[in-house]
Amino acid sequence: MSALEQIQRQIQWNRLIAVVEEQAQVMIRTAFSTTVREAGDLSAGVFDLQGRMLAQAVTGTPGHVNSMAESVGHFLAKFPAASMKPGDHYITNDPWLGTGHLHDLTVVTPAFHDGRIVGLFANTAHIIDIGGLGMGPDGRSVFEEGLYIPIVKCFDQGKPNETFFDFLRAGSRTPVELEGDVYSLCACNDAGAKRLAEMLAEYRLDGLDDLAAYIFEASITATRAAINALPHGTYKAEIHSDGYEAPVALHAALNVRTDEIVVDFNGTSGLSSRGINVPPAYCRAYSCFGIKCVVAPEIPNNWASLLPFRMEIPEGCILNAPRPYPVSVRHIVGQLLPDLMMGCLAQAVPDRVNAEGSSCLWNPPLRGGSQVSGQNAEVEDFEVISFNSGGTGARPTKDGMDGIAFPSGVRTMPVEATENVAPVIFWRKELRPDSAGPGRTRGGFGQIMEIGTKGEAEFAVNAIFDRVANAPKGRFGGGEGAGGRVLLDDANGTQLRSKGFQVVPKGRHLVLHLPGGGGMGDPKERDVALVKADVEDGLISAQAAKALYGV
Amino acid sequence: MSDSITPPARARIAADIGGTFTDVALEKDGQRWTSKVLTTPKAPELGVLEGVKVALARAALTPGDVEVMIHGTTLATNAIIERKGAPTGFITTEGFRDVLALGNESRYDQYDLNIEIPRPLVRRRHRVTVTERLDNAGKVLRPLDEAQVAAAARFLREEGMQAIAIGFLHGFVNPAHEKRAAEIVRDVWPEAPISLSCEVSPEMREWERFSTTVANAYVQPLMAGYLARLREGLNAMGMAAPVFMMLSGGGLTTIETASRFPIRLVESGPAGGAIFSAHVARQKGWGKVLSFDMGGTTAKVCLIDGYTPQASRVFEVARIGRFQKGSGMPLRIPVIEMVEIGAGGGSLAKVDAMGRIQVGPESAGSDPGPACYGRGGDKPAVTDANLLLGRYDPATFAGGNLALHPDQSTAAMAEHVGKALKLEAPMAALGVVEMVDENMANAARVHAIESGKTYEARAVVAFGGGGPVHGYRVCEKIGVNRMLVPSGAGVGSAIGFLRAPVAYEVVRSLYQRFMSFDRAAVNGLLAEMSEEASRVVANGSFGAETTEHRIAYMRYVGQGHEIAVVMPARDLSEQDVIDLRAAYDTEYARFYDRPVPGSDVEIMSFAVTVSTLVEEAEPVAAPEAAPAPKPIRHQQVRDTATGEVRDWAIYNREEMAPGCKIAGPAIIAEDETSTLVGPGWTCAVDGLGYLELVKEG
Repeated sequence: MSALEQIQRQIQWNRLIAVVEEQAQVMIRTAFSTTVREAGDLSAGVFDLQGRMLAQAVTGTPGHVNSMAESVGHFLAKFPAASMKPGDHYITNDPWLGTGHLHDLTVVTPAFHDGRIVGLFANTAHIIDIGGLGMGPDGRSVFEEGLYIPIVKCFDQGKPNETFFDFLRAGSRTPVELEGDVYSLCACNDAGAKRLAEMLAEYRLDGLDDLAAYIFEASITATRAAINALPHGTYKAEIHSDGYEAPVALHAALNVRTDEIVVDFNGTSGLSSRGINVPPAYCRAYSCFGIKCVVAPEIPNNWASLLPFRMEIPEGCILNAPRPYPVSVRHIVGQLLPDLMMGCLAQAVPDRVNAEGSSCLWNPPLRGGSQVSGQNAEVEDFEVISFNSGGTGARPTKDGMDGIAFPSGVRTMPVEATENVAPVIFWRKELRPDSAGPGRTRGGFGQIMEIGTKGEAEFAVNAIFDRVANAPKGRFGGGEGAGGRVLLDDANGTQLRSKGFQVVPKGRHLVLHLPGGGGMGDPKERDVALVKADVEDGLISAQAAKALYGV
Repeated sequence: MSDSITPPARARIAADIGGTFTDVALEKDGQRWTSKVLTTPKAPELGVLEGVKVALARAALTPGDVEVMIHGTTLATNAIIERKGAPTGFITTEGFRDVLALGNESRYDQYDLNIEIPRPLVRRRHRVTVTERLDNAGKVLRPLDEAQVAAAARFLREEGMQAIAIGFLHGFVNPAHEKRAAEIVRDVWPEAPISLSCEVSPEMREWERFSTTVANAYVQPLMAGYLARLREGLNAMGMAAPVFMMLSGGGLTTIETASRFPIRLVESGPAGGAIFSAHVARQKGWGKVLSFDMGGTTAKVCLIDGYTPQASRVFEVARIGRFQKGSGMPLRIPVIEMVEIGAGGGSLAKVDAMGRIQVGPESAGSDPGPACYGRGGDKPAVTDANLLLGRYDPATFAGGNLALHPDQSTAAMAEHVGKALKLEAPMAALGVVEMVDENMANAARVHAIESGKTYEARAVVAFGGGGPVHGYRVCEKIGVNRMLVPSGAGVGSAIGFLRAPVAYEVVRSLYQRFMSFDRAAVNGLLAEMSEEASRVVANGSFGAETTEHRIAYMRYVGQGHEIAVVMPARDLSEQDVIDLRAAYDTEYARFYDRPVPGSDVEIMSFAVTVSTLVEEAEPVAAPEAAPAPKPIRHQQVRDTATGEVRDWAIYNREEMAPGCKIAGPAIIAEDETSTLVGPGWTCAVDGLGYLELVKEG
C-alpha cells in the first residue's frame, strides 16, 4: 500500500466516526422522547455486512455499547443482507436481541452504494413509553412490562408498514411521540447511509471491507497492547445491591491474560422475581464500559476493540436473565458493574481506578391524579420523571464529582422545565452535606431532594433506587459514602421502600437522600486546606471534619 | 457608507481587542485605513488608544474628525477564563444553593475518568439562600423573607464580595421577588453592583439563567472600570465621538447598556468576523455562505443565510475540556452561532495508539510556536506541515518578518509523526494537513446537521491566517466549489464592527399552547419587549430608521429543540395566530422532511430585535478582463489530495488587478496569509479586489 493510501485510510476512519456522529445528531434533533433529546440516552453506529460494528458515535450512553453492537447480528440472522432493499428499515425492542429492556428501540437500515448493499446503520434510543406497567420494577414477567416488538420491517422500500404502526400506536400511552421517534430513528440512519455513499464515491471505494480490515486490525492491536501492559492475573471483587425482594451480590473474577480480559461472574446472586434482572448483552455492555474506561479509554468502540473483553455469565444468575423474566429497570443492577470491574482492576492498577460511587441513577418516576387517587384526585393527571445523580467515587488524584452521573451518560432536566410539564414542586434539590466518603481524595457529594405537588395533593412514586442498604465503598483506606434514603417529610421521617410503587399522602413530600461517593486513601493524609474549604462551604460539618480528618 | 448612523463625510473607527493583537479599522469617504498593535492586557485601553492614534495618523485625520467609534473586546471572556473577575455573591431560592455546581449532572467525556467539572464562579460559601418560592406561573408559594435578604447582603459584604447576583426559581415569570430583594440589598449596601436574573437572562432553565446572571455580576466591575477609562482616554486625546459596543449577537449598543449587561459582550470579536463575512456575502449577492476563520489555535465556522449569521441563544464560555461541548459554563444570551474547534496553524500533531495522526487541540501557541519558528518548539504543528508541503516560502513568510527554519520542521515531523508511521517527513506532513482539513470539514458537516442546513449551493468565505491556506481543500471535503478571500481579512472583525447595525434583542419566556393561545397576554408582552428594545436602540441610533423582527421559539409539545419562527411585527390578529401555527409546520418540514400530524405546538419564548437598517451593499460591476500578472516564482508543492509534487506558480496579491484570472495550482501570497488555488480551481479577482476561487467541472 502506498503512503498516500495509508494516510487516506486514516482519513476514512475519521470520516466514518464523523458520519455516525451526524447520525446521532439527527436523532437528537428530531426525536420526541425527552430521554433522547434532553438526556442523551441513545446510540448510533455503522456495521459491515457481517454485522460487525466499524464505528460508534461518541454521543451516547454506555448501556448501549456493544449491546447494540451485538444486536445487528440478530437482525441479519432473520433478514439476510442479500434480501434487503433500499428504503427498508427494521426494528425491535426485544430485550434479548436489543439493548436489554422494552423501552429501547433499535432500528437497523441497509446502506447502498452503486446499487449494492455495502453496510448497515443501527441506532438505539430510549423512548418514553411502551405501554405495560411503565418504567418500574414491579412487573413479574416481561409480558407485563409493555408492548413487545420482535424484529420486523417497519418500512418496506420507503413505504411505512401501517399494520406495524397501528399496533405501535395502540400499545403506548404516548402514541404520537412513539411514532415520531420511530420516524426519527429511521431518518437518522438514512442520513448516515447517504453520507457513507458520498464518502465511498469520493474515495472511489466499492465497499467497506478493506477499511473494516484496517480499522479492526489497528483497534485490536492497540487494545491488546493496552491489556498486555497490565499485570496479568486474576482479580476478584464483589459488590452488593439492595435488590428488590432480597439483597443481590455480584461477584466477578477478572482474568487479565495475554491479549484478552475474561470476566467470570460465578457466585453472583440468582434471578429476581421483579424487573431488576439484567439480560446478558446489557451485562456485557456495562462490564465492558467499566474495563475500557480504565484500560483503553482512548480506543474508539468497534467490533475489534470490544472483542478482547469476554464475559462468562453463569446461567440462572441475575446478570443472565432469560426470557420471560422481567428486565424493565435492569440499570439498577447493571450500573453497578463498572464499580465491580474497578474493584477487580484496583488490584492490578490501583492508580487508575475510582472508589465506588452512587452508581445507578436516582430517577423518581412520579405519577398523580386519577391513576393514583381515582375520583378523589385533587390534581390533574400527570406522569413525569426527572434524572438525578449522587456523587461519584474518589479518584486517585482528584475528588469524586458532586451530583454527577456515572456510569450513565445522561443529563438532567431543569427543575423549571419539569415544573412546567407536571404539577409538581421541587422544594429542594441541592448537595447533601457530609455525604462524601472521606479520604485523601474524597468522594463526590450526593444530593437531597424534596418533592411535592401543587396544592399538596396525594401522588405516587415508582421507586427505583439503590445503595440504600449498601453504601458506596471507599478504597485504600478511604471511607464509605453515605447510603441513600427514601423518606417522607413527616415528623418521624417515615422510611419508604427503595423499590416499587408507593403513595405519598396528601400534605406530604417525598424526600430523597442520594448517596455520596466513596473516598480513597487515608483521610488523615488529606490536604488540611481542602478540608477547611469544605467546612467553610458548608459541605462538611465541623464535627465530621474533626472526627474523620482530625481537622 | 452607512445611510443609517452617520452622515457620509465623517470618519468612523472600530477597535477589536483580541488575545494577541488589537486591530483598528478607520473608514472615511469609502476609504479604509487600518492598524494592528499589540494588546496591552493590564490596561487594554492603552492598546486601543495607540491603535487609534496610528490609524488616524495613517489617514491624516484628527480625533475630532471621528464621528463614532465601535468597539469589541475579549476582556469579559478572558476575565471568566482566567477567573479574574470580581468576588461575587449569589442570593438564591432556599433549597437550590447548588444549581451552579450541579449543572446538568453529566460528564462531557464518557470514557475519561479524570475530567474536571467547571468550578462555579461563586463558591458555595457565597451562594446564600433565602426563603421564597414561586411556582411556574409566577404565583407566590412562599413569600420573600426580607430579613434573610438583608442578612445575606450584610454577610456577603463582610466577606469582601464586590458584586451581587440574585436569581430565584421562576424569577423570569414574576420578577417581584428578585426586584424586592435588590431593593433590600441596596438599602444595606447602597454601592453594590447588582445583577438580576430577570433582567440579565429572563428565560426558563435555572442553571443557564443563574450561570449567566452570575457571570454578568462577575465581570461587571471590571468592564465598567475599563469602559470608563477608555472613555477618559478618548476624551483626553480629543475624541468626543460616542462609543458603541459590539454585542455577541451581532448588534451594537451604548456604553451605558454594555456596562449594565457586560456579559452580552463576550463573543464580540468573532461576531465581528461573522458580520464581516455576511457583508461580503451581501456584496457578492450570495445567499448562502459558510464563514471560515482559521487562526493560530482554533478555527471557527459560521453559517450565514440571507446575509444573516445564524443566531443562537446559548453559548458556552471557558471550556476546560479541549473544546469539548459541555465542558464550559453556559451563557444564555443572544449570540452568533459558531463552532470553534482546536485546529489552527499552531495545532500540534502526534500519532495515537492506533497509529492514527491526531492534530490538536493542543497548540504550540506563539511561544514557542511551531518548530519552524526556531524558538525551541520541537513538536510539529500545522504550520510546519504546510511549510514541508512547500506551501510557504521560508524567506517571505509573514511579510519576511519571521524567518522560518524548514530543517526544524523536518526534524519534528520525522520524530513525532513520521517515525511511528514509517513515513518520510513530507508524506507525514501531508497526513497532518489532510487530517486537520478533515477535522474542520467534519466539524462543519456536523454543525450543518445540527442546524438543519446543507452545503448545497453554498460558498465559503475564508479569512484569518489559515483560512485561505486550507480553504480550498475543506471546500472539496464538504462539497463546496466556490470560495472567496476578501481583502482586509487580517482585521476582519474590526471591519465587521463598522458594518453592524445598532441593535438590541429582548427575549422573554411566556409559555403558550395553540389550543389555549392567550392573544392579549402575548400582544401585551411583545409590545413591552418592543418598547424596551426601541428604548435601548434610540440611545444610539440618532433617530435613524429602525426595523423590528419578532421571533417565536416553538416546538411540538414535549419536543426538545425549539425552532425559530418569524412573526409579523404587529399585534397578532386571530388570523396571524393561525398563520403562525402553519408557519411552524412549514419550518419544521424544511428541517426534518415531514411535520408530525396531530401534535399540538407550544411556544417557549419570544424574541424582539429592534435594529437600525443594515447598510445596503452597492452592486459592483464585473471588472474588465485584465491580464494575469507574471508569477513571482515557482515552488515545488505537494498536493494533499494526490500526493503529487509539481511546480505551483506563486503570485503576489498586490499585482493581481481586478479582472485578472489565473488557474491553479497556484499560491497567491500576501503579508498576512497565502491563498492556495488547488489543482482544478481557478481564481479571479473581482471588482472589489476579492479573490474568487471556483472549482471547475
